[in-house]
Amino acid sequence: MNRVLPILTVVGLIIALWYAASVWLNAPWVYDQAARAGQSVSFSQMLPQTQNQSRPVLPPPHQVADALWQGLTGQAITSKRSLVYHGWVTLQSTLMGFVLGVVVGVGLAVSIVHVRAMDQSVMPWAVISQTIPIVALAPMIVVLSNSFWSGALPQATGLDSRAIAKAIISAYLSFFPVLVGMIKGLRSPDAMQIDLLSTYGASGPQTFWKLRLPASMPYFVASLKVAIAASLVGAIVGELPTGAIQGLGARMLIGSQFGEPLIMWSALFASAILAGGLILLVGVAERAIVRRTGSPA
Amino acid sequence: MTNGGELAETVVSAKNLELTFQTGDGPVHALKDVTLDIAHGDFVSFIGPSGCGKTTFLRCVAALETPTGGSLTVNGMSPDQARRARAYGYVFQAAGLYPWRTIAGNVRLPLEIMGFSRQEQDERARRSLEMVELSGFEKKYPWQLSGGMQQRASIARALAFDADILLMDEPFGALDEIVRDRLNEELLKLWGRTAKTTLFVTHSIPEAVYLSTRIVVMSPRPGRITDIIDSPLPRERPLDIRDSKEFIEIAHRVREGLRAGHVDD
Repeated sequence: MNRVLPILTVVGLIIALWYAASVWLNAPWVYDQAARAGQSVSFSQMLPQTQNQSRPVLPPPHQVADALWQGLTGQAITSKRSLVYHGWVTLQSTLMGFVLGVVVGVGLAVSIVHVRAMDQSVMPWAVISQTIPIVALAPMIVVLSNSFWSGALPQATGLDSRAIAKAIISAYLSFFPVLVGMIKGLRSPDAMQIDLLSTYGASGPQTFWKLRLPASMPYFVASLKVAIAASLVGAIVGELPTGAIQGLGARMLIGSQFGEPLIMWSALFASAILAGGLILLVGVAERAIVRRTGSPA
Repeated sequence: MTNGGELAETVVSAKNLELTFQTGDGPVHALKDVTLDIAHGDFVSFIGPSGCGKTTFLRCVAALETPTGGSLTVNGMSPDQARRARAYGYVFQAAGLYPWRTIAGNVRLPLEIMGFSRQEQDERARRSLEMVELSGFEKKYPWQLSGGMQQRASIARALAFDADILLMDEPFGALDEIVRDRLNEELLKLWGRTAKTTLFVTHSIPEAVYLSTRIVVMSPRPGRITDIIDSPLPRERPLDIRDSKEFIEIAHRVREGLRAGHVDD
């Protein structure tokens, strides 16, 4: 109860501000229409007309909620107008990208911690990779995966080249937080703990499995939360510049290109819900891991 | 294990041991011309100000540092061979228990690495925890234990694989004096029961005198031995022995040795 009240207060405040802004932003259109018809509208006449326009500048919350509800339940979930369908497409790429990103991030971190040459050669490139705008890289990745992912591969895996491209873009964003977190985690044991294992004559692999890996777990789960959000952003960005017609990103782009703000906003909220769900899932995994590692929290 | 005190077999033997670190400010002589024999069953304390090389000497015995001169043998072997023969258990200043392992799990750690069977791991963990009076805490996690109990668990971990030698680097340095007194008493009992040769680094004069059969007084720059005192105290030592005349005499001699070391530099 103590936590619910502040959250509800903030939500209420945001909704109130949102309504106020929707009146303010949608009113010019109402006045404009009235002026063209040679009529004048009073404030109380204008007010309801700002709340149910078909192409509002800023749709009020109830319109967005309605569009979202329609998108989720208004038709079969296989329909091209269903947000469940588009959400599923985006979720697939997100999860593929996430798994790929985690594998690459952990793999690179392990090799960077153990091989000095990797530390000096790979780490700068990993940092540079994150300074390049993904929107600039995305079309290239799409074109490249189009030429590589051909022949028997799409049929054998049931994945088209666009899904692969999206997964790669998503992994491109999500591997970095995992890499940084794991490097920090694998290096977290202090000299004394390393010395202790060395007095037992422990081998390199034993030091890794008994000490470095378990010590890195808190860092790992923290990085997963950032990585899953980055994966979703990557998947959505991967849908924007590539002429995709499926996925929440494509839905947003269609909404913006065709001047349908309700489509845009409902897709936006659908992706927010998806992100919330994914972070919640990672949170559950985090608690499970933390409990297994016996920390007090 | 029986008390092999009369055999007086040499366990650790250092001859003209030297260790020089090369630093940006020139060489640092951490150890210079250290010659010392430690007999089986001895409890030897190393005392001196920081920088005198007492910890460095212990680390050399444990093959965590490599001497740059002289010779050092442990059980007649090189320190590195002795490590592989599991000659010693090392207790650090901090307990250094793994927070993701239970107390029993922490004590099992060296046993897992050394490849003991699961059944023997459990048996040995149980026995070592019993020795440090931590029975019943097997399933607890380190954060659930006090600092003193954590350090006892780390001693149990060092005892678990039955090494002959116990190397202790200021194990009670971070604990308050009341806890420290109790642990000193328990350590002495443990030493009496197991007859393990113990090398104990400390900067507390009462601790050194109370625990040791021999006290090695060291001084810094370069790290060297200034005095070796054979304690006339009996092996059985109640806590109030610290008020006896002999005890105060030895403590006085240790203090003198420490002061002499300081005049030299």
